Amino acid sequence: MADALLTLDALRYDAGDRTLIRDVSLRIEAGRRTLILGPNGAGKSVLMRLMHGLIEPSAGRILWNGGSGRPAQAMVFQRPIMLRRSVLENVIYALDLAGVPSAARRARALDVLERVGLTALADRPARVLSGGEQQRAALARAWALRPRVLFLDEPTASLDPGAAAEVERLIRVIADEGCSIVMVTHHLGQARRLADDVVFVDAGRITEHTPVAEFFASPRSAEAGNYLRGELSWT
Amino acid sequence: MSTLGESFVTAGGLVLAGDPQLLGIVALSLQVSLTAVFLASCIGLPIGAAVAVGRFPGRKPLTVILNGLMGLPPVVIGLLVYLLLSRAGPLGSFGLLFTPTAMVIAQVVLITPIVAALSRQIVADAWRDYEEQLRSLGASTPRAAFTLLVDTRFSLSTAVLAGLGRAVAEVGAVMIVGGNIDGVTRVMTTSIALETSKGDLPLALALGFILIAIVLLLNALAHAVREWAVRRYG
Repeated sequence: MADALLTLDALRYDAGDRTLIRDVSLRIEAGRRTLILGPNGAGKSVLMRLMHGLIEPSAGRILWNGGSGRPAQAMVFQRPIMLRRSVLENVIYALDLAGVPSAARRARALDVLERVGLTALADRPARVLSGGEQQRAALARAWALRPRVLFLDEPTASLDPGAAAEVERLIRVIADEGCSIVMVTHHLGQARRLADDVVFVDAGRITEHTPVAEFFASPRSAEAGNYLRGELSWT
Repeated sequence: MSTLGESFVTAGGLVLAGDPQLLGIVALSLQVSLTAVFLASCIGLPIGAAVAVGRFPGRKPLTVILNGLMGLPPVVIGLLVYLLLSRAGPLGSFGLLFTPTAMVIAQVVLITPIVAALSRQIVADAWRDYEEQLRSLGASTPRAAFTLLVDTRFSLSTAVLAGLGRAVAEVGAVMIVGGNIDGVTRVMTTSIALETSKGDLPLALALGFILIAIVLLLNALAHAVREWAVRRYG
């Protein structure tokens, strides 16, 4: 079997005396759109932060491409953190940190801002944009890094439906360029629309990792089944 | 009450007359304190940011010490700097005692902890919001600290102003290391102390009003700039 893009091997994460992630093993293949579902406090965001390297596991291993190197990656958070400078400068800042030569940064930033439809706002201070515009700017900032993997932690949770739809569309475009997507969401409709695969997390464990159609038709784990019934009764 | 009224009139008269001696005193006050604030900011802001963002052993005790040093008694600092700069002291050969430079040195010692402690708090609060994003983008700790200093610049102006307020208003340190020499090291606070001890309360109070007016003006100016900047940049 070829090496998976990302392999988690018996991962555990403790915060103080609480174990938030326990014995998690997972293979994520390149080019897939993987959505992480699960109830509040299940450990979805913690799991994603472990994958992205923002926090260190207490035990277990994280392997990229079977251990041959960490690919370019970026993360978009629920609440976009924009620096107090223009939208364009925000993207250029990320490119600077990524080691892109200064001569190439501006053109690359402008190009990606055009693709998210923010050209007209490029010189506006990023902090005064609307929530939806800021999230698009955050997507542009991540996209400009040409990631092979893009992590998204509930990127549409605080957006109105129109802005959320636009963010979803952009995620699909980024994925179509060959970037693998790993995303946490609470929105079942969104998971149905975006996912190739669903990873279901409950109480710090992965209870299943299944193709999206199968997940919604007949979830394998009892936890996921209960979750779907509970959620669907609200929609 | 008559003293108060009288000194208002005196203050107004002094300002309107543009008395060169008064202007000289005001100018020296501002020159010494602004220079001290500038230097203290150059030292204190990076220290504050480093302590806020850095992960090194002794960070917590350092934070406590910085906060504690905000309350340094000016007279004691004046005395210590005096001992350092006096003829027999380790820095005596520079001949700095009783010069404006000595006053700047004493004030830098006094207000650097204020700027550092307040900026540490401001940067630490911002770091909670920014940390994951900046680390996701691959920012090193020094780079993150610098980015936060730039990003919190409007809030940091408050820390710098607190330092300036302390510097321009303190009398103990500049009195000891400056000596209150007429035309050389006499500033507003030392003049007020002198006129008070001479018994010229109206003049002392008049100088006091001018000092307060200057401090208010500087703060109002900084506040206006900050308001404008926040509206502009969010």
